[in-house]
Amino acid sequence: MAIQDYIRQRFFPHMWCPGCGHGIVLNSLLRAVESLGLSKNEIVMVSGIGCSSRISGYVDFHTLHTLHGRALAFATGVKMSMPELNVIVPMGDGDALSIGGNHFIHAARRNIDMTALVMNNRVYGMTGGQYSPLSGYGTIATTAPYSNIDHDFDVAELAKSAGASFVARTTTYHVQQMTEMLRQAILHEGFSVVEILSQCPTYFGRKNKLGDAVEMMDLFKKNTTPIGSKAKQEKPELIERGIFVQKDIPEYCSEYEKIIEKARK
Amino acid sequence: MSETIKFVQGNEACVEAALYAGLDFFAGYPITPSTEIAEHLSSRLPQIGGKFLQMEDEIASVCAIIGASLTGHKVLTATSGPGFSLMQEGLGYAIMTEIPCVIVNVQRGGPSTGLPTSPSQGDVYQARWGTHGDHAIIALTASNHQDIFDITVHAFNMAETYRTPVILLFDEVVGHMRERLVIPEKGAIPLVGRLRTSVSSGVDYHPYLPREDGRLPMSDFGSVHRYNVTGLIHDMWGFPSNDPGIAHGLLRHLVDKIKNNVEAITRYKEYQVEDAEILLISYGSPARSAFHVVENRRARGERIGLLELQSIWPFPYELIRKKCANAKYIVVVEMNMGQVLRAVKRAVDHPERVTLANRIDGVFITPTDIRKILRLIQGKGV
Repeated sequence: MAIQDYIRQRFFPHMWCPGCGHGIVLNSLLRAVESLGLSKNEIVMVSGIGCSSRISGYVDFHTLHTLHGRALAFATGVKMSMPELNVIVPMGDGDALSIGGNHFIHAARRNIDMTALVMNNRVYGMTGGQYSPLSGYGTIATTAPYSNIDHDFDVAELAKSAGASFVARTTTYHVQQMTEMLRQAILHEGFSVVEILSQCPTYFGRKNKLGDAVEMMDLFKKNTTPIGSKAKQEKPELIERGIFVQKDIPEYCSEYEKIIEKARK
Repeated sequence: MSETIKFVQGNEACVEAALYAGLDFFAGYPITPSTEIAEHLSSRLPQIGGKFLQMEDEIASVCAIIGASLTGHKVLTATSGPGFSLMQEGLGYAIMTEIPCVIVNVQRGGPSTGLPTSPSQGDVYQARWGTHGDHAIIALTASNHQDIFDITVHAFNMAETYRTPVILLFDEVVGHMRERLVIPEKGAIPLVGRLRTSVSSGVDYHPYLPREDGRLPMSDFGSVHRYNVTGLIHDMWGFPSNDPGIAHGLLRHLVDKIKNNVEAITRYKEYQVEDAEILLISYGSPARSAFHVVENRRARGERIGLLELQSIWPFPYELIRKKCANAKYIVVVEMNMGQVLRAVKRAVDHPERVTLANRIDGVFITPTDIRKILRLIQGKGV
């Protein structure tokens, strides 16, 4: 199937700002889905609220655009009630880890089979550039005009300790890697988290004087490095890219099938 | 299969009814005094191949059941006041997206943590207006286990008929009390199943275009029609819209589908109402005490009756107005500071005839409490 057949063309052009990284994520995601040859009827995309969450309106799957932070909770209901569906949950950084932080760690703990994308642009874009739990210490935002004193999460470490069985990180600069990671994340049976560093030139970039979209993406090239690289040892401040966790542990829906068997005896 | 007789808690009667109605998905979070509903379903649902989920909180619970309803399942969650507060955003989402689900609130004393193990009926207006924005809601209640059974089945039927969340407002007394329950045989109570679209694959399906009879056929997630569901104002395909005409039309539809069907939704019982000079209006467990007072006083020849409401929202204004037309005294018996009283006063021709017999101290309202109020209004002193 051609890539265009996976989108709802009548809703384009999309609503994201020029230079926004979210369109690149959409592109990679569709390429991953296409390469897996998945039927559109077997995919449910569940999203929350925010710029990133609008991705669900553009794809021709079963799409559920829900409440801020609650996408994973809705997705859990969808998946548990119909485990044969492929459930993909794109979220923003505030959506997934601030208001949705509790749902995030508990979905990871259950290891329920779904693919969670954290499109991390380090800012609340839709409401106009407030700091998020991933903005980081020392950044500037419309609600941190003097400098942000909140420390950020390491999404990969958080997902790992919460129990996710697939954890990866990439950026919008590394599109080939992103497509391959999303492919593997969708194939993985269990809770998969893919953090994608994405650029918001409109707010985060402008407020923090990081330049335009191209310069911000160039920064992803410079300040990230493959997991365990020599560069990381020499420059510990570099952000690691790659697959941090990929393990086979019992998946929630399959485990519940065993409960049904027990209950029926 | 013939009927089954059980001796159970009210919460268990609710479970039996939900399963009878076709429930196969539950998500919830433990909270007194509703927890027995979750406990029983955790053992019963897997026996029929259904799913039970204990979620991380009540917010997640209501979201999970909405997600499961979309794949074509009959769904339930159960909670009490504090949890019901957390469910308000999900409740609004289900109203806006027109996804059938049933939410049980076994009421306890509030506000906040309040009196967790004591009865109250303080959530009548939270059920009505707890979630933000203009909307309509269906909220039902019952005073005994047989009625809990019937009203729970009715709740599932109403949820499917009107594609809307339905709230069951029970209270701690009926929830925890044990009494006889007769589970009718299959088919004895008609069930409303999911109305699915007959539009075939490849043909444009409109999930939000009502048929001539006002009902909106659904399509299960995972089947042939791929559509969008959003809590934003949306068009007939389910896509977001800022069009004032669409916004107006959708809000009117959400309210009118309930408002125009008050009679079909309304459930009530009446005892000796016809010639009553004193009319008691009650619901939930206080109706048991009110009934006791009516029986005793009728035996002494007093013209007293009871109107027991089993549906609170949409409020049956017309019914109340008619039933109260000839009564000299109307006494609303409830365990709050006059929530249904307020609605009754709005309904009747003579609001000055309406008084309240209540308790708000976490103690069940007794026939003596009601008698004291009757003595007062009849000028017999305390």
